[in-house]
Amino acid sequence: MSEAVADVPQMSRTCFFRSGIFIWSVFVALAILITVYQDLWPWAMKYPRGWVIPLKGWISDFMSWLINDLDFGVFTFKEMTRSVSWVLSWPLTFVNNLLVEGFAFSTDPGAEAVLPPLPWIAVVGLFVLAGIAIKDWGLGLLVGACILYLAIFGRWESAMVTLSAIFIAVPLGIGAGLGIGILAFKFAGVKRLIIPVLDLMQTVPVFAYLVPILFLFGFGPVAAMIATMIYATPPMVRIAILSLEQVPDDRVEYGEMAGCTPKQLLWKVQIPSARSGLMIGVNQVIMLSLNMVIIASMIGAGGLGFDVLSSLKRLAIGSGLEAGIAITLLAITLDRLSQAYSKRPPPAHLEHDTYRARRQKMIYLAATMVVVTWVASFFIPAIRTYPESWQLTTAGFWGDLVKWINVNYFDQLEAFKTVLLVNVLIPTKRFLLATPWIVVVAFVGLLGYRLGGVRLSLLAIALALFIVVTGGWKKAMITVYLCGISVLIAALIGIPIGIWSARNERVHRVVQVCVDTLQTLPSFVYLIPVVMLFRVGDFAAMIAVVVYAVAPAIRYTDHGIRQIPIHLVEASTALGCTRWQILKRVQLPIALPEIMLGINQTIMMALSMLVITALVGTRDLGQEVYIALTKADTGRGIVAGVSVAFIAIISDRLITAWVKRKRAMLGES
Amino acid sequence: MTRTCNRLFLTLLAATVAFTGVFTSAARAEVESKDPIILTLHDWTGQYVTTTIMGRVLEEMGYNIKYQQADYLAQFAGLESGDLHVAMEMWETTGKEAMEKSLATGNTMDLGETGMQAIEEWWYPIYMKEKCPGLPDWKALNECAEAFSTPDTAPSGRYLGGPVTWGGWDDERVEALEMDFEVVHAGTDAALFAELESAYQRKAPWLGWIYTPHWAPIKFEGEFVEFPPYSSECYSDASVGLNPDMAYDCGKPRGWIKKVGWKDGADKWPCAYSAIQAFTIDNQAMGTMVGEVDLNGKSLEDVVENWLNNNKDTWSAWAQCG
Repeated sequence: MSEAVADVPQMSRTCFFRSGIFIWSVFVALAILITVYQDLWPWAMKYPRGWVIPLKGWISDFMSWLINDLDFGVFTFKEMTRSVSWVLSWPLTFVNNLLVEGFAFSTDPGAEAVLPPLPWIAVVGLFVLAGIAIKDWGLGLLVGACILYLAIFGRWESAMVTLSAIFIAVPLGIGAGLGIGILAFKFAGVKRLIIPVLDLMQTVPVFAYLVPILFLFGFGPVAAMIATMIYATPPMVRIAILSLEQVPDDRVEYGEMAGCTPKQLLWKVQIPSARSGLMIGVNQVIMLSLNMVIIASMIGAGGLGFDVLSSLKRLAIGSGLEAGIAITLLAITLDRLSQAYSKRPPPAHLEHDTYRARRQKMIYLAATMVVVTWVASFFIPAIRTYPESWQLTTAGFWGDLVKWINVNYFDQLEAFKTVLLVNVLIPTKRFLLATPWIVVVAFVGLLGYRLGGVRLSLLAIALALFIVVTGGWKKAMITVYLCGISVLIAALIGIPIGIWSARNERVHRVVQVCVDTLQTLPSFVYLIPVVMLFRVGDFAAMIAVVVYAVAPAIRYTDHGIRQIPIHLVEASTALGCTRWQILKRVQLPIALPEIMLGINQTIMMALSMLVITALVGTRDLGQEVYIALTKADTGRGIVAGVSVAFIAIISDRLITAWVKRKRAMLGES
Repeated sequence: MTRTCNRLFLTLLAATVAFTGVFTSAARAEVESKDPIILTLHDWTGQYVTTTIMGRVLEEMGYNIKYQQADYLAQFAGLESGDLHVAMEMWETTGKEAMEKSLATGNTMDLGETGMQAIEEWWYPIYMKEKCPGLPDWKALNECAEAFSTPDTAPSGRYLGGPVTWGGWDDERVEALEMDFEVVHAGTDAALFAELESAYQRKAPWLGWIYTPHWAPIKFEGEFVEFPPYSSECYSDASVGLNPDMAYDCGKPRGWIKKVGWKDGADKWPCAYSAIQAFTIDNQAMGTMVGEVDLNGKSLEDVVENWLNNNKDTWSAWAQCG
């Protein structure tokens, strides 16, 4: 098959032989031939076990060498990583003491706290003040209400544990991201090196590198924090590079003319100019760190993630949901604050004296409040910890709701599920599993060639072959089947909602809230109800993936249609088009590239959800990663994780190439 | 203005520190090391109970205790390196392989049995007896396989096994005993119990892998299926058992639940380790406590405290050093 691909350009210059129809018919014919005469080349059907490269074993061996044998003379590799986690544990312990434990001032770790943690009233007050200081009373009240929820629903202590981890992980992630971004901006070599690494960091499932992190950094909050940073930093690096590159040349030249040293140029001209872009990166780091809360709790971070997990293991759906919503509210709080901060006009443009006076007033207010409540907390226990009798819970209601649906509507759901399973899911799975690997690899290569040329084709073939030779083909095909169907359904649901939301302002507002919630609510929260209603298996997994991955399909469609220049729509109205015609002939075709980017994001999210679906019994690469985690098998986890990443990269590159072509065509017409 | 504020703040801070410092005095027994002993917590209530009891006893002895959330199998990495110190429940039925592998490194040590016995077997809710009167016998179960079927397995029955990592040889068992059942694997025990809860609410047919000590057989009324009794030959020797050509033609083994610890801890806190080795409790007491927490909604601390008050002699004996 690879010969056929190579031959294509030389074939003929006449139009027919280069047309898509001809090339694809040849491909289909060859594929059928290969499949029909499969007895002649069994190795093309099923990759022989003896040919599998034992990469897993090599990685595991390398890891144990790293941990047990690598010695730099003065200290070992493990001592080095352990000292890193020791250093990181200091700020974490400090914030944790401030918010949760209180300070003991004693070398005896069991000693009672002498100085209690910040009272809950002070923390709520500080958030309100921050909201007012950054924007206005409205933001202050919103943020205050979100934080108050944590106290009212009895999540205070867990939330503060989570918050203290975020307070340390986010600045470190931002700092590291900015630093790497600046290096990549200044040295082209670093940039070439870092971009593929970023691709991998964003697509390899977190579970895959949890085991090596545990070995190197120990069990506990610090290891969890490091995993969080690995997951949350890449967007910051990307955005840092991009926004530094986008600083207008004339501004840089002006800085040079003013006699800036390179250092001054960077810190006084380029970074301030890139500020709004960088703030988007900051926002992303915050959101992704909160996405990691659940997984971090599996390796000892505790906090809200642990509450969610342990409630759901007890099948306490309501209390799991309440803890999950607490995570969402923390995300909303930090998101709104950082967004408002990024939209604030730079301080230089404000009246300098009033600005300074206002800031001083705020700091004074905050300090007074902290000291007063702190002292008062010694005398009034209700100030120190939120009294239990004031707490609320809706947990029972949610449990009963799921029970009610389960008892009354299970049969209808079951019928719906059976129809989809028998007519769509199972046939697709059988088809993909029966297709010879060589045909799939050739298909990916040919598609790459048609969309982006020889380089893309070779990349796609190489990545697909990696999965073949490391022995994960079957599980990879199940992955493709499960994600493919989920993405299709997510698109069928998401695109119409996106269109509706783009054309109606009120719908738009409701949809925005739903999409924000879906993206920050931990998927574990709805995994258990889904299993209760749909039983263990592929179908339950598919539902969970669709719920999680539908958000970008909605968001990008909405955005794609909204950004169409208004004059185009007006022109078509003037020509007498109906609303339907405008949508079909004008808006959708123009928005298509943007919509496809949304689908691309949907695929990425579906793949990242894979490991979670392994928890409800799928047999894909996600399961492979999960098994590796429970068996602490580094090599197995990383190979499966990288295979997932490669599937993601192949589909990303193909879609991006398609979008690029489509955009070029739209530009011409 | 800010500066005065700072000074005021610091003065107050110093005052409070001094104020409370006077009243805090240490009145604890002398122990070998004040470094906290880290006990691991997993994700089932029974394990919280055993770990909290042990932790409270060690605290009474004067040790500092820290609880650390850790995965049941992934924790061995931490136990070997000394990041974690003691795991209170390692089940023969699910953790034997990982435990032996870890003991072989020489960095962990076996701290003896907990006295509880793990039972794992096929289990059905009690109302299924009406539809299949011959239960709990496995032959009767096989005859009414269809009553346990779902649309995607019919006419075969559906049996929900544990996650593949649990092992259990259920696929082999079905084949060896020529049973008309399809084995479906749950990804986690949470998913397993979610399905059970759902079926129980609807009084719908259900058959799956349940283990005890656990809250599920307390919350949901049901019975274990009776297979031909387990023997190690039945698993290893094909000729033994009902099916002359295949192994696994019998039920699952019942087994110990052991404590495991970081090896060097025995030198660091010898007295604590001897107390941990002495720890025993039976299934009955355990089941009652788990039920109190999961079904009656009592707090774990209260239940454990209650046990400590009623069994002072028992745990005082563990705490006798040497």
